[in-house]
Amino acid sequence: MVQFKLNGQAIRSSAPNTTSLLNVLANDLQINGPKFGCGKAQCNACLVMVDGNPVKSCVAQVSTVAGRSVTTVAGMKEGNKPSRLQQAFIDEQAAQCGYCTSGMIVQAQALLDRNPRPTDAEVRTALDGNLCRCGAHNRIVRAVLRAAKEA
Amino acid sequence: MQKHLFTSRRGFLKTTGYLSLAFAIPLENALSQAGATQPRLPGDLNNNRTLSAWLRINANQTVTLMVGKVELGQGILTAVTQVCADELDIDIARVQVISGDTALVPNEGVTAGSFSMPNCATAVQFASAEVRSILLGLAADKLKQPLTALSVRDGKISAQNDTHVTYWDLVVGAALDREATGLVKPKSAEQHRYIGQSVPRTDLPAKILGDAVFVQEHRPTGMLFGHLVRPPTYAAKLLSVNLSAAQKMPGVVKVVRDGSFLGVIAQREEQAVAAANTLNASAKWQVEKKLPTHEGIFDWLRQTKPTRIIETKVQPRTGGEAPAKTIEATYYRPYHMHASIGTSAAIATMGADGVMLIQTHSQSVFETSLAIAKMLGLEPSKVRCQHMQGAGCYGHNMADDAAADAALLAMAVPGKPVHLQYTREQEHKWEPYGSAMVIQTKAGVDANGHVLDWDLQIWSTPHGTRPSGEPGNLLSARYLEKPFTQPVPTNGGPPNFAADRNGIALYDFAGHQVRTHFITDMPLRVSSTRGLGAYGNVFAIESFMDELALAANMDPLTYRLRFLKDERARDTLQKAADKFGWNNWKKTPNRGRGIGFARYKNIAGYCAVALEVEVNPRNGRIRVLRAVASADSGHIVNPDGVSNQIEGGLIQSLSWSLKEEVKFDDTQVLSTDWASYPILTFSETPPVEVVLINRPGAPFLGTGEASQGPTSAALANAVFDATGVRFRRLPLTPERVKQGLDKKGTA
Repeated sequence: MVQFKLNGQAIRSSAPNTTSLLNVLANDLQINGPKFGCGKAQCNACLVMVDGNPVKSCVAQVSTVAGRSVTTVAGMKEGNKPSRLQQAFIDEQAAQCGYCTSGMIVQAQALLDRNPRPTDAEVRTALDGNLCRCGAHNRIVRAVLRAAKEA
Repeated sequence: MQKHLFTSRRGFLKTTGYLSLAFAIPLENALSQAGATQPRLPGDLNNNRTLSAWLRINANQTVTLMVGKVELGQGILTAVTQVCADELDIDIARVQVISGDTALVPNEGVTAGSFSMPNCATAVQFASAEVRSILLGLAADKLKQPLTALSVRDGKISAQNDTHVTYWDLVVGAALDREATGLVKPKSAEQHRYIGQSVPRTDLPAKILGDAVFVQEHRPTGMLFGHLVRPPTYAAKLLSVNLSAAQKMPGVVKVVRDGSFLGVIAQREEQAVAAANTLNASAKWQVEKKLPTHEGIFDWLRQTKPTRIIETKVQPRTGGEAPAKTIEATYYRPYHMHASIGTSAAIATMGADGVMLIQTHSQSVFETSLAIAKMLGLEPSKVRCQHMQGAGCYGHNMADDAAADAALLAMAVPGKPVHLQYTREQEHKWEPYGSAMVIQTKAGVDANGHVLDWDLQIWSTPHGTRPSGEPGNLLSARYLEKPFTQPVPTNGGPPNFAADRNGIALYDFAGHQVRTHFITDMPLRVSSTRGLGAYGNVFAIESFMDELALAANMDPLTYRLRFLKDERARDTLQKAADKFGWNNWKKTPNRGRGIGFARYKNIAGYCAVALEVEVNPRNGRIRVLRAVASADSGHIVNPDGVSNQIEGGLIQSLSWSLKEEVKFDDTQVLSTDWASYPILTFSETPPVEVVLINRPGAPFLGTGEASQGPTSAALANAVFDATGVRFRRLPLTPERVKQGLDKKGTA
């Protein structure tokens, strides 16, 4: 039994301790957003925030979040509205297929939390481990810079 | 008629919008022969002729638009929604789209080849215009007013005498059960409210907010999890395996073995993975060592006897002077992966009604459902595929295999939905790659360096092994106890071509020959990958044009324009050059500029790309400093959508051209994850500017694959300009560039 907070709600997971956090979120709790991309911590499609830090949920065991606070992209909404960053992704049409988008937003939010006014280069460095195959990179960078500017 | 698919070759031709891979006859001819007794209708209306197959007017003040093309992240559903709303005169929010459900939508074949705008959007345009006209006719009767006295605004039809009726009031079910005439003219550009606007993508908010969109996030009640054990190599046979150890593991519902096909179904995903690992550990395979290796593949292509030699273009020069000089070069492209960020997935359920229901991100729901039916021994009507979005696929990746594998497992647990998603290694090792190619160019030039005779030869394995209703094209079907044999692939003929796609240069040369050595042996599994042969062929043609320009001591842009008669092509090239600042550009050490151009398939969108690079002579690393692309896609429906496709294709092509090559030894594929098959990252992505050329009133031209080829050549040309070394083998990795610089010759 692992207890943690998910998007502000108390959760008790009865999944075996060694289950990946991603499987608990996606399969047990039916949370959309974090995606399976590689299972090897190489692509960041599965990123979630744990106590404010981005964590690769495909390799993190659920037991590692005991007593901690997990936030997914759905939990980043402000009330029922898109967060500033999410709105910037919509405004910049910062995706094609959108499979990597959840991980991008988690990584970018973590960057903005520690560096509210990043430069273009700082955004690229922060997102370098997040793989995008469609070639939406520049749009994503623009969305992050836009969110920072509008803050 | 779409209910009786594939019953005959004739029926197949009529119902399939994507023929280039199956038949060596022109699409236009094939369709006009097939439907010789009926008038030709615009786009895919021609093979789905009933208006009610496309559109439903609903009492709840909405319109249902049904299309056979599917959303792959390219924004097609937003674009067809714009077209529908404009032609019907309704608010765009009223349009609800159903796409890619084999039980519900018109069969539009495969969503591929940049055909969706010309075939689907055109069909939607004419169907919507005709439905609007039918509705106006009904209103005229009802209001007892002449048609000329009626106007429409958001589905409300008003007469000049202040009477009105809405679409929603008119009973139109039966009225739309009629064959389209295609005679109602769509609106002109100045009447458009949505077409031509960058309407935001309808599917993006859900993806950004973490709502359910993807097949990977579809979770029917009682869903079980499947997982497979793949053979270690292509040609392996399963000799023995201990099934009972896995069967006894926690949560395991069923272990499935059918010949060399091996899978497991469990209550939880990690239980399925654990059981598969146990199976894998005990499996003994017979393995063959017979692959040519990634280093040996180009020799293999040159030395293997082709199944067919195709004279793609035969235009010998008649008379005239003998060439003063002959220039030759050979170019190489390796195997590429589609390399989707999400591994392929599907959910299959064998229903109590005997229907196998499959949620899939396949590009070819109709043909894949038929292939799966044949594989399972079911009637074609007993397999229903429903498209749900997956990660971008960029061609025929493993989406169809996942659908087939989920169905194979679901047969073992009737009534239970089985979810299957591949591991990263399974996706990387088993997907059908874009074929390796060798392209040899030869030009006879006059004393001024102008081309008299142009000769291009292509050596390639196939570019199309889509399911096409054939189980042998589904990976696992080949490993069953009673295996299905993969059909021998054919090359596509004109006008789309396949291995020789864009093999014919758009330039006007007096003598022009293109020959394709089509090899159907497939050391590695291959199929349609964005652009098919166009990527390699345009790389060769546009690199060679630079080589010829150099030999003629001419500017590469000026040299190209000499041979380019097509005004839209010239305009596209010039606009990219202007935006780049081609004429004012100043050479500095280690920096270079390059340009590349093609009209995709010579019938779809035009695109030119100009790049500036910096090459580090110490380590051979290329930094792309900036990129400019210009595109003419005919009448633009969604400018931001076109821009997104052109830019995305450019960046993906840079990734292919700078970094990507599938590595394999004599036994198996060695590129098994993102570390062994790296792709372009944020810090390596240059700023990209896209110039759009709109042609109001002109036909919609496909865009999705247009920038792939021009980018690769622009890169090699820029690197030559920076270093003086011509690189003819992709990708331009730092190691290869460093080697070339050290030799200071060619590489």
